[in-house]
Amino acid sequence: MKHIFAQHLSVLRTATRRIFNPPLAGLLNIMVIGIALSLPAGMYVLLQNAQGLVQQLSGTPQISVFLSMDAKADDIEKLRKQLAQHPAVERVEFVPRDQALQQLKQSTGLADVIGGLEKNPLPDAFVIHPKPGNAQTLDKLRTEIGTFPKVEQAQLDSVWAYKLEALLKFATLAVLILASLLSLALIAITFNTIRLQILTQRDEIEVSKLIGASNGFIRRPFLYFGAMQGLLGGIAAYLIITASLALLNRPLNTLSQLYASQFTLHSLNLGDSLSLLLFSLYLGWLGAWLSVARHLAQVEPR
Amino acid sequence: MISFNQVRKRYPGGYEALSNVSFEIAQGEMAFLTGHSGAGKSTLLKLVAAIERPNSGSVLVNNQNVGALKAGALPFLRRNLGIIFQDHKLLFDRNVFDNVLLPLQICGFDHKESAKRVRAALDKVGLLKRERANPIALSGGEQQRLCIARAIVNRPAILLADEPTGNLDADYAQDIMAIFKSFHQVGVTLLISTHDAGVLQDTRVRVLNLRNGVLQTATSP
Ligand SMILES: Nc1ncnc2c1ncn2[C@@H]1O[C@H](COP(=O)(O)OP(=O)(O)OP(=O)(O)O)[C@@H](O)[C@H]1O
Ligand SMILES: [Mg+2]
Repeated sequence: MKHIFAQHLSVLRTATRRIFNPPLAGLLNIMVIGIALSLPAGMYVLLQNAQGLVQQLSGTPQISVFLSMDAKADDIEKLRKQLAQHPAVERVEFVPRDQALQQLKQSTGLADVIGGLEKNPLPDAFVIHPKPGNAQTLDKLRTEIGTFPKVEQAQLDSVWAYKLEALLKFATLAVLILASLLSLALIAITFNTIRLQILTQRDEIEVSKLIGASNGFIRRPFLYFGAMQGLLGGIAAYLIITASLALLNRPLNTLSQLYASQFTLHSLNLGDSLSLLLFSLYLGWLGAWLSVARHLAQVEPR
Repeated sequence: MISFNQVRKRYPGGYEALSNVSFEIAQGEMAFLTGHSGAGKSTLLKLVAAIERPNSGSVLVNNQNVGALKAGALPFLRRNLGIIFQDHKLLFDRNVFDNVLLPLQICGFDHKESAKRVRAALDKVGLLKRERANPIALSGGEQQRLCIARAIVNRPAILLADEPTGNLDADYAQDIMAIFKSFHQVGVTLLISTHDAGVLQDTRVRVLNLRNGVLQTATSP
């Protein structure tokens, strides 16, 4: 058992040595794979960040319900019950007009202007926290509430967040398509590299066949070559993404400080990083496997 | 051990390299294959190792019809054969030691046992001191002996040698024949092609003589 492991290790070592022979060709291949992978993976990271930002900014959507100025206390109580019992509503919060004015004074720095007003221009209001739903169901709820007695206006906040999220989903799909195309390109790169490898190792393959090597034995170094090249390409992609994000984060920090907020781009998390490496390893292996299946039979000893 | 029965081999293009060849070599026997250039010696040896397949007739090795073997079974046939190729087929991207190591790697021997066997084989052909050299730096005779080391490292029951003394002077040829005789003594079956008449005169061994792909009367000792 131990010596079988040692044999595989030695095949792996040989394969890795061949990747870098000649060194420049190997490095170029790895760089091409790295760039091809870092494009979709990097865009994926940016999208993840954008999604996080949207959630952070929007929170959960709310519906503000403004009452007409002539609403009396028992009207308000009736409406509160009606709203609270609605199946699509999670929680209801009453904001009296005086409190709203106080909040307005505090938060906007318009204290002087507001102080000069003769009477409070704000109506009483409810803030409704709906149960989770999509933009459509929320809009339906808003329209329905708008028809309730003594309701002047119902307004849906943060609906833009839903729209943006839909947009991000669309962008994610686009990234997925790009990733698929570039994966194909990666398989093609490996396919061709292995084809050249098989040509260079023609003598070895021929002699090995003549002295009793199984197909598995002959295939193994090429598969390891492909897998190793893929893995190294994945590592290159990881480094490219990490470095680019670090580069972007500096100006971004200055920018977000101007908006008095804290926002930094997060790089790939552990799971995503591992997925990236495993995926690139697998693609390399697949390209090699296809190439070997196609080209090895052409080397027949005479 | 090796038996040909009415074997005919025609190469693509129509050239008939072997016609109606029948003979038998018993276990532990040493036989020489002679004939002019183009007589079909290499072709005959390739048929034994299933590198070429007969067009008709049967080639039996260990009672196995190797002409009908599936591709997947070929490795197991060849691991039991030691083959010395006419064109050497040495690998110049690795040193002498690693060339001899290859058959053992293929069979999956562990590292320590392999190294021991490789050195024993190199010692047998007198190349132990050159194990780190690249085969390209070896003389013709040394390359020839390296081929022998690679063919025997696996301790095969059958040894096929295609002109192992070709292009060598008499002294080297003598050395190599002596090595073969020592294998013969330990029970290895040998089939050696040669057109070196000198080698044949001083030994009383069996000779198979080919002429234009036809086996002439086989002489026995
Ligand atoms: N792959 C091939 N395709 C077509 N013809 C071949 C092929 N290999 C050999 N031949 C022909 O078959 C005949 C026998 O060839 P073979 O190599 O067996 O001769 P040989 O006895 O080994 O000759 P030598 O002593 O020169 O090595 C030759 O005429 C050769 O041209
Ligand atoms: Mg020949």
